[in-house]
Amino acid sequence: MATVTYDQATRVYPGADTASVDKLNIDIEDGEFLVLVGPSGSGKSTALRMLAGLEEVNEGRIMIGDRDVTNLSPKDRDVAMVFQNYALYPHMSVADNMGFALKIAGVSKTEIRSRVEEAAKILDLEAYLDRKPKALSGGQRQRVAMGRAIVRSPQVFLMDEPLSNLDAKLRVQTRTQIASLQRRLGVTTVYVTHDQVEAMTMGDRVAVLKDGVLQQLDTPRRMYDHPNNVFVAGFIGSPAMNLLEVPVTDAGVKLGSLVHPVDRATLAKAETTVTVGIRPEDLVPTAEGGIPVEVDVVEELGADAYIYGRTTIGEQPGEKQLGGSEDEKQIVARVDGRQVPEKGQTIHFAPKGEGDHLHLFHPKTGERIES
Amino acid sequence: MTTARPWPALLDLPWRQRLVDWPEDRLAALPRGLSRHIVRFVRVEGRVVAVKEIKAEIAIREYNMLRLLRRLGQPVVEPIGVVKGRLTKDGEPLDACLLTRHLQFSLPYRAMLSQSLRPETATRLIDALAVLLVRLHLVGFWWGDVSLSNTLFKRSAGEFAAYLVDAETGELHDRLTDGQREHDLDIARVNIAGELMDLQAGGFLGEEHDPVEISDRIIDRYEVLWRELTEIEKFDVGERWRVDERIRRLNSLGFDVGELDITTDFDGATIQIQPKIVDAGHHCRRLLRLTGLDVEDNQARRLLNDLDSYRASKERQNDDEEQVAHDWLMQVYEPVTRAAPPEMRRKIEPAELFHEVLEHRWYMSEAAQRDFPIEDAVADYITKVLPDKPDDSTVVGVDTDEMPVRAER
Repeated sequence: MATVTYDQATRVYPGADTASVDKLNIDIEDGEFLVLVGPSGSGKSTALRMLAGLEEVNEGRIMIGDRDVTNLSPKDRDVAMVFQNYALYPHMSVADNMGFALKIAGVSKTEIRSRVEEAAKILDLEAYLDRKPKALSGGQRQRVAMGRAIVRSPQVFLMDEPLSNLDAKLRVQTRTQIASLQRRLGVTTVYVTHDQVEAMTMGDRVAVLKDGVLQQLDTPRRMYDHPNNVFVAGFIGSPAMNLLEVPVTDAGVKLGSLVHPVDRATLAKAETTVTVGIRPEDLVPTAEGGIPVEVDVVEELGADAYIYGRTTIGEQPGEKQLGGSEDEKQIVARVDGRQVPEKGQTIHFAPKGEGDHLHLFHPKTGERIES
Repeated sequence: MTTARPWPALLDLPWRQRLVDWPEDRLAALPRGLSRHIVRFVRVEGRVVAVKEIKAEIAIREYNMLRLLRRLGQPVVEPIGVVKGRLTKDGEPLDACLLTRHLQFSLPYRAMLSQSLRPETATRLIDALAVLLVRLHLVGFWWGDVSLSNTLFKRSAGEFAAYLVDAETGELHDRLTDGQREHDLDIARVNIAGELMDLQAGGFLGEEHDPVEISDRIIDRYEVLWRELTEIEKFDVGERWRVDERIRRLNSLGFDVGELDITTDFDGATIQIQPKIVDAGHHCRRLLRLTGLDVEDNQARRLLNDLDSYRASKERQNDDEEQVAHDWLMQVYEPVTRAAPPEMRRKIEPAELFHEVLEHRWYMSEAAQRDFPIEDAVADYITKVLPDKPDDSTVVGVDTDEMPVRAER
């Protein structure tokens, strides 16, 4: 087991103008489950492959424990890529399926047996060691495949979108399995995904990347409650945070017909406008005034419902709705499942409570404005 | 359905059923390798098509990757299309299917090793795989799951030619890093050892073979070939013959040099050469040009050797090479390959039959200590050897399990 350190690690592909991974700094603790997440092209896979030894590090270095592995070949790094190739061999016992790679590495028979037994205990496969894979259920087979990586007892596990070829239901099932297994094994793990829900549910900490640059490195809770910038705010959370650029007044921020109070010292860090972020669950309906929302779609989930609608905010000077495409330019709010509005109805919303449920970002830089 | 080949009969396949439930009468009995996915072979308008059930994104990605690799002239199976958006009769969604054309006369390694008793078969398969891997790496393809299972083999005059059949994990880069190449090699070594250990556990491979030793061979073979194809060589100006020598060595390995980087150092005393572009298929291109025959490279080498002896024996060294080749084709090659009765002809490719007849003639000569004309050899071969040959085009009865790894539904 070991720590992993990215120290200004940079990857520039030959002929490229910009770095695919730009001066990445991450300290991963021993036994930690770190998730690298970001949209495609963010550099998350490249960052993982730099650690695996598959991509060159053009600047900076990568350490595993105290060892500088920057220039080591993949097999000398003592890392294991999990789930890359999980073929099971029908004529070999479960024990041999798990342990055969150790035989190639020249590990003694007794050592192989003891490592396989240990892994089988963790994977609940002890009773099946002498059986053939055919006698196992699909889930057990998957655990045998995991066992292949576990018996190597590497210092670090690397997983690159391991769930991408499973359907949604199996993804959730396997996600839980991997997370609990990692906690039991206590092996430092770096996991890459494009799915922020996967990142938030699995990682001890999450690193959000965009265009090769680390945006934020935090626990899932902190990431959700305290996004460092507009990108993280919009990327983490589902449904996504509502983001609006609105005018600043003497007393606070102008949300439609309502001025939501924000202290002057904080407002001084913005300009004449400020980007406001409010999560769907932090919006409450008001009797009058606030953000007007014309309901397009109601998604009933039982206890709660999400309403998706259009707002007139953005039509006045100094106002703008932020979002990737036209479709995303909508307001999402969570409401009581027992008091669901009708489609076409217009409701007004205001942020819940005083200031804590309102996120403020600089309108130009996108950086978080601390109160 | 996305397809590059509009075969209407593809539409008649039972797409509303899970692949595992497809009726037997639709299926062609062909040996399958180990697979993580359900794979079936079906006959469509006289051709055999492999159908693999996988998620739509993966199917489309693999389809495009196979097309790209083919365009780069790589030995990979021919993708036919992707069928997605499948629904059962009850409206339940089904996974997509990737369709590839079955490579005629090709066999998975399990069939090769199960039917062949020659001890060197395993190492020859590895050698063929090493050539394939080097070729793929030269064009920047990182395979990610190199294994015998993901490769199909065709006989090629005593050797094998390897084809990539599974590009699911692969990625195409401008150029591979050493780390990527090493990782592929490491994956290859572990997978090959696992596959051979499995054959041993199943009683298909004798205990005298050491899977670990055989699997180590992939690394040696790969490295020798990689070095020969890419290494920088330095020598004195006076040794310019070494340029020709390097090209000849590459030719004998079956590669043509498309571009050679030659630099002279500042005082002009030493020359440095490095092949920049090399293309496999040196012999088969020459044969194709001379005769129009399109065969595997090693078969081509064999045929070209026979053509050369023909030329020498007829004392026609000064004649136009193409004219001689035409006469050889008409007078030697065609009569031999047509001599087999039609029902036996589909067992073996014509070029491979020709190679076997040449081998057979050599054995006959050695036994009798005299020369035999090829007509005698072919007659003897057809009565004594060919009837007992396994039919490569439709081998059945080999282990055809797939071993899907998936969680319970």
